[in-house]
Amino acid sequence: MSTAVRLPSAALGVRPTGRLRRRVRENVTAYGLLCAALLVFAGFSWYPIVRGVLLSFQQVNFVTAPTWVGLENFQKLFADPQFWQAWLNTLLFTGLALVFGFAVPFAVAVLLNELRHGKAYFRLVVYLPVMLPPVVVALLWKWFYDPGPGLFNTALHAVGLPGLSWLNSPTTAMLSLVLVSTWANMGSATLIYLAALQTIPGDLYEAAELDGAGLWRRLWHVTVPQTRFALLVMLLLQIVATMQVFTEPYIMTGGGPGDSTVTVLLLLYKYAFFYNDFGTASALSLLLFVVLGVFGLFYVRLTRRAD
Amino acid sequence: MRTLVSESQLKSPRGRAVYWTVFTVVAVAFTVAFVFPLLWMVLGAMKTAPELARVPPTLLPHSANVGAYVEAWDFMSLAHFFVNTVIVVLGAWLFQLAVDVPAAYALSKLKPKLGNVVLGMMLATLMLPASALLVPTYLTITDVPLLGVNLVNSPLAIWLPGAANAFNIYLLKRFFDQIPGELIEASTLDGAGPVRTMWRVVLPLSRPVLGVVSILSVVTAWKDFIWPLLVFSDPQAQTLSVALQRFAPDTPINLLLAGLVLASVPTVVVFLIFQRNILAGLTAGSVKG
Repeated sequence: MSTAVRLPSAALGVRPTGRLRRRVRENVTAYGLLCAALLVFAGFSWYPIVRGVLLSFQQVNFVTAPTWVGLENFQKLFADPQFWQAWLNTLLFTGLALVFGFAVPFAVAVLLNELRHGKAYFRLVVYLPVMLPPVVVALLWKWFYDPGPGLFNTALHAVGLPGLSWLNSPTTAMLSLVLVSTWANMGSATLIYLAALQTIPGDLYEAAELDGAGLWRRLWHVTVPQTRFALLVMLLLQIVATMQVFTEPYIMTGGGPGDSTVTVLLLLYKYAFFYNDFGTASALSLLLFVVLGVFGLFYVRLTRRAD
Repeated sequence: MRTLVSESQLKSPRGRAVYWTVFTVVAVAFTVAFVFPLLWMVLGAMKTAPELARVPPTLLPHSANVGAYVEAWDFMSLAHFFVNTVIVVLGAWLFQLAVDVPAAYALSKLKPKLGNVVLGMMLATLMLPASALLVPTYLTITDVPLLGVNLVNSPLAIWLPGAANAFNIYLLKRFFDQIPGELIEASTLDGAGPVRTMWRVVLPLSRPVLGVVSILSVVTAWKDFIWPLLVFSDPQAQTLSVALQRFAPDTPINLLLAGLVLASVPTVVVFLIFQRNILAGLTAGSVKG
């Protein structure tokens, strides 16, 4: 190969054909480097997306070819009382998770940002649970929730309060799951807020103070608006993440007591791997996707604008 | 740096009193909330089963029975599942690097025709919740298109879908974009082809982002539960997380706790060593400013 092809073409006045050849070669190399990624994306991401949509309208039994059943899968879902219960439970989980998981990390981050000592320690320990495998967290907390020798009832008894039934009662089971998942995940939100808080220019607080704004007004009129973007992004991410809750109910309650902790994903798992009804499971995935897709679009628009 | 509360306010006698009170409360609360539960787990594993059943529980184990860790190791054949997990995790990491790094480099520096379309289609998958794809991806694994093989119970069932990671490509491409074009030109003038330029010039400069991507992929793969649960139906092929929840109902609680501790050690150690990179990676992807 002549070296002229590799030199900047402008310097040598290479003829268009040379430039074209170089461009072709670069494209070939580029697609050579891309081919592995294209294959795995095509096989395990793009194709399953299309297939998931098609499956929602099919019946599959792995013996005969899939048959088109129109909206039958959806009708089956709508007729299943567990379907509505699962959505209600999932919304309850997401709602409760936002009450704790959204407000608490922000408050904690604001507080940590004011502390002048021990910051490295606080940052380390709040993130520690995030590093534990979720299965470990779920099994550990199941033991904590044990109404007998469990840690939580022991603590309640120690201060003279009556114990709770935690996972064993339909009224407290979902709340118990929310507590675990908040404990396990709040580290990321806290540290992201902390990073956002550190970018607030000090002059803003200075100016607000000169204008006579007290602590709460500074918090409300400076801190919150200045971290609005991070707050909004985390809100959307948390909604999307909590609506896919699976590991905690799967391990800790199995959906019970009764149907009180059956979530959408747990139901999906049941349809697919207990009933082997992949068509209906896909229909449920599609519904979940549509609901979460709305939040996903918001998220993309939000981050686009920020870029 | 100036924050919500001013230095002068903190320095006043009242400010100082309030500060140290708040500090003490936070320090105690954080330790109780985040360190104590882990300590309780480590101590619990050293208690005997009858001691664990006692109400109220003992604070410290009667005799520090470290033997439970050894016993748990044998009882659940943890060695076997550790090896399984290490294979799955290291493979996932290698596959992600081998697939995503060249792809990001090609999209960033070689800018092929339709490159933007390809990138857009990859990033679009980020918007899809992973769980919405569980069923069709599972069915794809049971009968891979064109090849017609069944990957259930093979680590490839984790490795191949895991390599289709748009977030990695996004992080890597964003970093490669910042590498000055002159460096690439200079390397080209020296007669190096694009692949050699990537290997010799771009990758050595990209250690920070490669570190972030590596840690993310290793930690995520170690923590993963739902996908390994689906694709490893054979108990012998399972990873630690899947095996632990399978053993949980029939395992004495002290041995189970020991198992939980052992399963957490790798990620916690990785965290303690790479704390800075992990926390940098956390804020790199999600929110800036």
